[in-house]
Amino acid sequence: MPINRDFIGREYVATETYEVSRELIRRFADAIGDPNPAYRDIEAAKALGHPDVIAPPTFLTVLGFRFGGTGPMSDPSLGLNYSLVVHGEQRFVHHRPVRAGDVLKIVSSVADIRDAGKNELMTTKMQITTTEGEAVADAYSTIVSRGTAAAAQEGAQEGANA
Amino acid sequence: MTATVKYDEVEVGTTLPAQTFQVQRANLIQYCGASGDFNIIHWNERVAKSVGLPNVIAHGMFTMAEAGRVVTDWAGDPGAVVEYGVRFSSPVVVADDDKGATLEVSGTVAEKLDGNRVAVDLDARVGDAKVLAKARAVVQLA
Repeated sequence: MPINRDFIGREYVATETYEVSRELIRRFADAIGDPNPAYRDIEAAKALGHPDVIAPPTFLTVLGFRFGGTGPMSDPSLGLNYSLVVHGEQRFVHHRPVRAGDVLKIVSSVADIRDAGKNELMTTKMQITTTEGEAVADAYSTIVSRGTAAAAQEGAQEGANA
Repeated sequence: MTATVKYDEVEVGTTLPAQTFQVQRANLIQYCGASGDFNIIHWNERVAKSVGLPNVIAHGMFTMAEAGRVVTDWAGDPGAVVEYGVRFSSPVVVADDDKGATLEVSGTVAEKLDGNRVAVDLDARVGDAKVLAKARAVVQLA
């Protein structure tokens, strides 16, 4: 079933905030197997000019899942079958590094939904700021819904991305 | 932001030290927990195959994070990465064995930009398959 195009342009403001802690950063760095001291050792981070430990460049992906319950993906009328979804593209623009102690809020929007052969692509933008309004990063994500384009033959699903 | 690499000492074509990452099921489980991405295709072989995938596949974001280490290790300060984007061009298939997938990542300075910034292009492969395309990081150098 194709994704509901009515969602294009919709904006979602998360009502809750996300508090970045040293332990969350450490857990993420452990999960990607990265021993970089800037993610764990306050003195090492300070030596690089940061006020506290910083997060890896892809850490903000956690916000998408933390706030997924209030975003477009949580709405059944979007018509997305999550087991058919793979990640197509991702881009982060960092205005400054994320660091422990940050209290972040996000505004998500559906930038585009379109066909790509048998698949569909859906692009969302997540603007991340502190609660004081300081711009931290913008994250652009494109997911691939495999074999759900209107033109696709039923049951034919190939050309998967990662 | 204090990257240890100096802009003046970098040329287009400068290569970054390449790295190899072993990706196993346990890494994906741990990444599910840390990222909050519990998509079943990253941990359940039965369901992954039932939806047409060859096996469990790694989170694209896990692959992106590993590839990014080539840049952050080179720059000296991970906070010097001001922009990072990739296209996931082929899945990293992670079989249930003692080896998993072997991800090989290299990087090259592709462009010198204004403000002491450089664009680094990354090449990430598993065997012959290019798993990331258009993988580029912009780094603020000293």
